[in-house]
This record gives sequence, structure tokens and C-alpha cells, in this order.
Amino acid sequence: MNYTFIALVENRPGVLNRVASLFRRRNFNIESLAVGRTENPEVSRMTVVVDCPNGDMDAHKIEANLYKLVNVIDVQDVTRQPSVTRDLALIKVKVGPERRAEVNGLAEIFRARIVDVAVDSVIVEITGTEDKIEGMIELLRPLGIVEMVRTGQVSMTRGVTDGVRRVPGVTGRYDDVSLAAMVP
Amino acid sequence: MKKTGAEILWECLVREGVEVVFGYPGGANMPIYDAMLSYPVHHVLVRHEQGGAHMADGYARASGKVGVAMATSGPGATNLVTGIATAMMDSVPVVFITGQVAAHLIGGDAFQETDVTGITLPITKHNYLVTRADEIAEVIREAFYIARSGRPGPVLVDICKNAQVETCEFVYPEEVKLPGYQPVDHAPKASLEEAVKLIEKAQKPVILCGHGVLMSKAEEALMQFAVKTQTPVASTLLGLGAFPASHELSLGMMGMHGEVHTNLAIQNSDLILAFGMRFDDRVTGTLKTYAPRAKKIHIEIDPSEVHKNVAVDVPLVGDLKTVLTDLIPLVDEYDHEEWKKEINGWKSEADARSIMNWEEDGKLYVAHLIADIWKATGGGAIVTTDVGQHQMWTAQYYQLDKPNRWLTSGGAGTMGFGLPSAIGAWFAAKDQEIWTIAGDGGFQMTAAELTTAVQEGANVKVAIMNNSFLGMVRQWQEFFFEKRYSAVNMLAPDFVKLAEAHGVPARRVTKREEVDEAIAWARSVKGPTVIEFRVEMEDAVYPMVPAGSALDQMIQRPVRAG
Repeated sequence: MNYTFIALVENRPGVLNRVASLFRRRNFNIESLAVGRTENPEVSRMTVVVDCPNGDMDAHKIEANLYKLVNVIDVQDVTRQPSVTRDLALIKVKVGPERRAEVNGLAEIFRARIVDVAVDSVIVEITGTEDKIEGMIELLRPLGIVEMVRTGQVSMTRGVTDGVRRVPGVTGRYDDVSLAAMVP
Repeated sequence: MKKTGAEILWECLVREGVEVVFGYPGGANMPIYDAMLSYPVHHVLVRHEQGGAHMADGYARASGKVGVAMATSGPGATNLVTGIATAMMDSVPVVFITGQVAAHLIGGDAFQETDVTGITLPITKHNYLVTRADEIAEVIREAFYIARSGRPGPVLVDICKNAQVETCEFVYPEEVKLPGYQPVDHAPKASLEEAVKLIEKAQKPVILCGHGVLMSKAEEALMQFAVKTQTPVASTLLGLGAFPASHELSLGMMGMHGEVHTNLAIQNSDLILAFGMRFDDRVTGTLKTYAPRAKKIHIEIDPSEVHKNVAVDVPLVGDLKTVLTDLIPLVDEYDHEEWKKEINGWKSEADARSIMNWEEDGKLYVAHLIADIWKATGGGAIVTTDVGQHQMWTAQYYQLDKPNRWLTSGGAGTMGFGLPSAIGAWFAAKDQEIWTIAGDGGFQMTAAELTTAVQEGANVKVAIMNNSFLGMVRQWQEFFFEKRYSAVNMLAPDFVKLAEAHGVPARRVTKREEVDEAIAWARSVKGPTVIEFRVEMEDAVYPMVPAGSALDQMIQRPVRAG
């Protein structure tokens, strides 16, 4: 089963390597990894999707090992938390003028957009959950997909978090450890 | 005031209380070595960087302070790698400082350029590449803080040559700012209460005492808890010494070469209290049948160790000493008389097979020799070992009553650790007696450090247990490979001449009646000595839980006829 983790990390050279190296070292396969800036210039945010063959035991290992990295400010396993999840794909389909309308029709149904039109191809941009994108790909495939790129999944939990940094594997709270105090 | 990066480095090391560093100079760290002459820090010139790493490790284990080792770039730094991994596996606080080529040359395959932060990423607690002089003060401050706090471990700082020679304003950082690194002390109250409930119900509890007890300086708290709840204490290899071996509640070492009654106690227990240990495969045997009826409470500073190998019922993540101190007033007193009686029953059965109860047959057995050294030194020496049979015999028969005297490579199992770690320990405890127990194989890996011992006047006593075999591999080949001996017959040099060539007085012992006198001689010499004991060639360490077997499936020493 795939698990999703959100990690806030210090925005400095080498941090991505530390995170990636950890997954190799502990023998986990990354399904998707998306990194970007946040509202705070000193903090980057990663959404990591990982296949966990042993379920929660694996997820705990990943969360706790990420927590241990000095440059990781906070990590959360959001797999079972109510959250908004998005992936963006650009899909180039080999179609001439005679079948553009067909692609356009599909795009409308999926609330995707055609963002480029060439003589013999179009680029479709679609944003959504992984399922939705997979659904669109299946329908475009018979028309001839020649190129595709995906950003990887990004996630955000709903509502405002309580600002408490949780210690992985422990249900109780450490009242003295506040996340707010830790973000530079 | 402006200072060079190299001067700032030494300013910071002095402020961290560093008195001795173990290192080796080279092209990329020469400015550091030049600046060193102006600072009151003793430098030990090692013969190989691996030796330097183990010395810093031994110093840290014996002193409880952070050890420091230095090397130049490229091969100097890569030679440290075994020592860094050794410190990592055993959670030993060591700061490694390596020189690196100038920042503008990085990535260009310059002379002696190696990606040292890349190589050491998985074997350090944290590491840094420093490219500017004005980063050094902050990085060194952080490096020491990270090395010694939380779960201790090695930190490597790779300093580019330009950063060593450039100048900048020296400002010593008043505090460490690490937003993502905040080790916790107290465990949540709710978890403590859950633990108390399990302790109340337990009829057959066992404490598993790990290295964390020593790291957290929780020996006193452990004693109070054990005595108040009358819970027997089994120890991991690295936890030895944290609880006095002579105490009535002490069960001695657990695991692959642990004592029979100890492993049986764990397998039959109904509550395991794991204190600062990580359920290594060498202490659990196969996990499928590990302590099947026991509830488990795990007090551990590192959340990634919780549920890693063994799923536990109550994890108490925090500093062991703090958590135990919080827990002790919450638990009641117990006596557990029946349980202790049951364990003692297993003990007397095992005594019949003990090599210590054999009659003399003129041969030299390592177990007997360890007991002889133990007697002669009153059990109070600092003892370091290499890895293999002699290590297990020393763990079994050098019965420790006091902490921080047992220096051995547990997690990594690094041969060649014994002599250099003893030299490092000597700098931490010059007034104490220090013995290295080595095998003929491991000793040859770092024997060059004998000269370092002479140059420094390090008062370490080396006992080489020479069975002309790589003994532990030979034992496995005997037990598990139908005695097909492959690459285990080892020709050793003449150890007496070898030692004497290094300027170390040495003796060879081949007969039982020479043993006591040789040990007394070594103790009377000031400075390093070597004794080579020609021991029984095909003796084996018992009991033994074969790798992957259940913890109570032990191969025991055959009962001797007559």
C-alpha cells in the first residue's frame, strides 16, 4: 500500500540527498517525490509517496527515520488524514486536426485543458488526484501518447494543524515541543 | 578580531573542552596543523587513520566526553570510514574533522579529492561540508552538540582548504539553532501510566540493559528500579558494566553467546523492560519466536528504534535516566521470589557444563586466561577487545561491576578495534589499568599502533590470544559447514619479536604455570607490554544460539567425561 508523508525541511544544499539517501539506506522505494518552496523562504516542503509492503510498521520506520534527520523540521504521515491531494500531468497526444475535437471533448469531461496545439499534436494539462489522471491517460492512450511528464503528488491536510510536533510511534504528546517554535 | 578558519577551528575545539586529538596531517589540512601549534591541545600522531578513529572512539567511551579525530582529504578521510561506522553502530560521540580541497576545485577530481560527506552520509549522525571560514564556528558548535546529545553518534566536518586559510571575524555562537533537532527528555505521562499497569500485572519480568544505560548515565536509576521491583537484569554486549555482574539480580549477557539461564529467562518472561537497547539480531535470535509470552516496554531515546525489530506494547521515547526517574515513584515494590527461583534452577544446570569447572589439563583455554586476568586486576581494569571468540570469552568471564570499562565494537564488529581504542582510553584514564584482549587475526590489522603507544608512553597491556586460526569463523565452519575449514589458518608473525621491534617489551606464554607470572610481569612494567598466549586451537565459544535460531535453541558445551 502507498503511504504519503509530508516533510518540512531546511532549505539548504544537500537536504534532498539526505532524504533520498535515507530511503535507499532503509530499502524503501519512492513512488513519487515532490519538492518546492513554502511561504517561509528558509523552509522547503516535500511530499513523499512510498510503497510500504509491511503497512504501518514500514510507515512508522519511514516517519521516524525522517524525523531523525537533523535538517528535517517536521514530518507527518498523512495517509489517513483528511487532505487534499493533487498531481499535475502534461500529456502530448499525436493527433492531427481531424481528431482534435475528440481530445478537446475528453479534456472537458476531466476538466483538463489543451495548452499547446501543433500541426500533428496537442499537449493536455490535467490536474487532480492520481486516479483521475490515470483515468484520463487510459482514454488518451488509444489516440497515441508520445510524451508525458508528471510533477508527482503534493498533499495538504484540511483545516489548521495544532502546531504540535509529534514524536513518531508515540501516541502521547510532548507538551514542551512546539512546532511553531521550531520553524525558523 | 579577525582570525583564519584554522584558528577559529582550534578556538572552538578548546571551548568544547578538547584536550587531545588523534590525527594524521596531509595536503588538505596543513593550515589546521599549522594553527594547532598555538593551542593547548595534545595531538597524537597515529600510524593509520583507522587507528586514529578508534582511539577517539575509545577515548569517548572511557571518558564520556566527545572524542576528536582528524585526517586529510581523499585517502586520509576514507581510511577513517571503518572507525566512523564503528562509532555510528555503537552510538559513540566522536567529531571527525577532515581537510578537503579548495571549494573552487570541488567536483573537478582534484588531487586527493573524495566526496567524503557523500561517503559518510549513511554512517554519521550528521555531517557538514564547510566552504567558508565564517561557517566554521557555528558548524563546530553544532557538531559537538549533535554528537553528544540525544542518541550520541559521530559527526563529520569536512573543511575546504580555502576556508582554513581565509580570515573572518570570530564570533563564538552563544546558542545552537537546530529547528529540526530537539531530543526529548520526559516521556508523556499517559505512556508512563500504561507502563505501570503492565509492571503491576507481571509475574516474570526481565530488564534488558543496553548501551543506552551507560550513555544516559542511568546506572543508579537502573539499580533503584531493579531493586524496588526485584526484576532480574540481563545485559547486551555493550550494556555490560552498567549493572554490577556480582549483584544477585544480575543475569549476565543475553543473546547469541549469552548464558543459558539468561536466554531462558527472556524466552519465558511475561514482561520485557528494554532499557536503551535496540533488539539487535544477535540478542533476539529469530524474531518469530522471540519472548512469545512477554509484553514489552521499551525506553529509548531514538524513536526510529521503537518497533524497528520488535513491536512493543508501550514505547517510552525519552532520555532513559529521566524516564526511569519519573517511573520509579510510580511503581510498587515486588519480590518475584518464584520467578527468581525458576531462573536459578536453570543456572545450576548450566554450571555443570561451564569450562570454569573443568579440571586443569595443561592446555591454555582463553576463558581461563580471562578469568586469570580478571583475578589479577581485581576486575577493575578498563578492557578493550577485538572481535571474535576472544571478545565473547572476555564478555563472559571478565565480570564487570563498574561502568565505562568495557570497550568493544558491538554493532559493527570491527576487528582491529582493541589496541587503538585502548590507547585512546589511556588518554581518558591515565591512572587506570588498561588491558587489550586481542586475537591473532584482529591484532595484525592495527598492530602498527604499537609504535604510537610507545611514542605516547601509553600504559596499555596487550594480551594476544593466539590460536593460529581466525577462531570465530573457524567455529562457524566447524558447526555449520561440516568442518570444511576455508581461509582460516593464519600464519602469524613472531609476536614477541614484532612487539620488541616496536620497542614494546613482550613475552610468550605456552604453559599454564607461566600464566600468573606473565600477568604480574606485565602489570609491573610501566608503559605498553605484549603477552602472546598460545591457546588451544580448536576451542569454541559456548553456549551458542546459531544465527536465525530461536533464543532458547542453544548449542551447549559438551559435558566432559570424568
